[in-house]
Amino acid sequence: MNFLGIGAIVGATLVVLMPLFLIMGTVIYRGIGSITWAFFTRIPQPVGETGGGMANAIVGTAMIMGVAALIGIPLGVGSGIYLAEYGRNASGNIVRFTADVLNGIPSIVIGITVYALVVLIQHHFSLLAGGIALGIMMIPTVCRTTEEVLLMVPQSVREAALGLGIPQWRTTLSVVVPSAASGIITSIMLACARVAGETAPLLFTAFGNQFWNLKLNQPTAALPLQIFAYAISPYEEWHRMAWAGALVLILSIMATVILVRFATSRGMLKGAH
Amino acid sequence: MDPGIRVQELNAWFGGTQALHDIGLEIPSRQVTAIIGPSGCGKSTFVRCLNRMHETLPNATVKGKVTISGLDIYGKGVSPVTVRRRIGMVFQKPNPFPTMSIYDNVAAGLKLNGFSNRRQLDEVVQRSLEGAALWDEVKDIMKKKSGASLSGGQQQRLCIARALAIEPEIMLMDEPASALDPISTSKIEDLIFQLKQQFTIVIVTHNMQQAARVADLTGFFLMGKLIELDKTEKMFTNPSDKRTEDYITGRFG
Repeated sequence: MNFLGIGAIVGATLVVLMPLFLIMGTVIYRGIGSITWAFFTRIPQPVGETGGGMANAIVGTAMIMGVAALIGIPLGVGSGIYLAEYGRNASGNIVRFTADVLNGIPSIVIGITVYALVVLIQHHFSLLAGGIALGIMMIPTVCRTTEEVLLMVPQSVREAALGLGIPQWRTTLSVVVPSAASGIITSIMLACARVAGETAPLLFTAFGNQFWNLKLNQPTAALPLQIFAYAISPYEEWHRMAWAGALVLILSIMATVILVRFATSRGMLKGAH
Repeated sequence: MDPGIRVQELNAWFGGTQALHDIGLEIPSRQVTAIIGPSGCGKSTFVRCLNRMHETLPNATVKGKVTISGLDIYGKGVSPVTVRRRIGMVFQKPNPFPTMSIYDNVAAGLKLNGFSNRRQLDEVVQRSLEGAALWDEVKDIMKKKSGASLSGGQQQRLCIARALAIEPEIMLMDEPASALDPISTSKIEDLIFQLKQQFTIVIVTHNMQQAARVADLTGFFLMGKLIELDKTEKMFTNPSDKRTEDYITGRFG
């Protein structure tokens, strides 16, 4: 019986891990061959010419993520703090409900909304619009997880601070938030990792670009867009580049997550438990 | 002269449930007043009303008058923050700030209120840790080690030091030794003895021997009402109320 039970558990574990291994395996197998120095330093070549890389897309994704973080982190963390510390009332419930609805909105809808509200007004596809779309997508995740980790800080810690005559806002910022810092940082990183690979919201915002762009108000390349464009192209060479791009995207997301896990578990960040 | 506490017609609620009924009493300055009573009798709620901590709980409300050296702490325009700066509180479970060093824990009340003179902070921290009989044990590690790394008894003395650092006039202690072993408990009790030279102390306790050991006065609460408050000696030998006698002799509670 015992043997059967353990067998079932191991079997179930393998079934759960299978998709991850399949994805990783396929991407590595197909992509590793095209990972060259040029891939990280060159921009795409015109059809028919070999070589070239995705340097502009890698930088583009990094810049879009920078804009997204500037929008998503302050709003997400701020609203999460509000919900945990001041939000046990009707207006808190409205924020909570809004965040949950926002979380459920398909990413393409967010993309098209940003298209209507930013791109049409700017008369340009742009890096900024892409960042705004991804930033909006980050907000609900960061908000609700921040709320959850703050609620895990024992009430007694808040009472200790209030009992010393420390005002509530100061208690929140200097005592409660630092106690939950590692959890908040983890939630931010997971939200970043989640949106970094989003393609749909970038289709009509960042749009994509075959050349370098470092300007906020110009269309820009991004890894997921480049992968998408190459993968649906008819050229064998571009397919290989798409796989390589997918591999770089996955590895950089994994690297971020692992780095954060490592940093928080080692207590390198203040407030880690 | 010194701040004692006068409580008049104090009522407190949790939502629709009334936790305190018309409490009226006077707590003399520079003495230890113990509050005893069975679980759920309102004794913790009572001390939490003395520094306006009760109202920090969801749906908790208070009505009544609590006067400390002439100031009605529930008066119009009185900020709970200033009230709490004058009244230190030590809680049942030691609750040092988990992210702060021992030093920062003690300095927190001052630092987080904008006080930043290094030399004076050092002095206050040393004086407070000495006052809480913890200085010798932590003086070499206080800037490196976190407050959470201390033993339970040390943590509770750290919490006392932290409360002393804001130089309060009154100390409220809500079952400060109930989570501690007998040796740590006796250290805390010794400390209470010394602290009463400077402070008015109100201590909630589950443990009647403890009340008998440390308190000058003892008040007995039952079901949200003050049954009686008298000299500890009299309370434990010859209480006026039958219910007090029943409780003290262990007939219920």
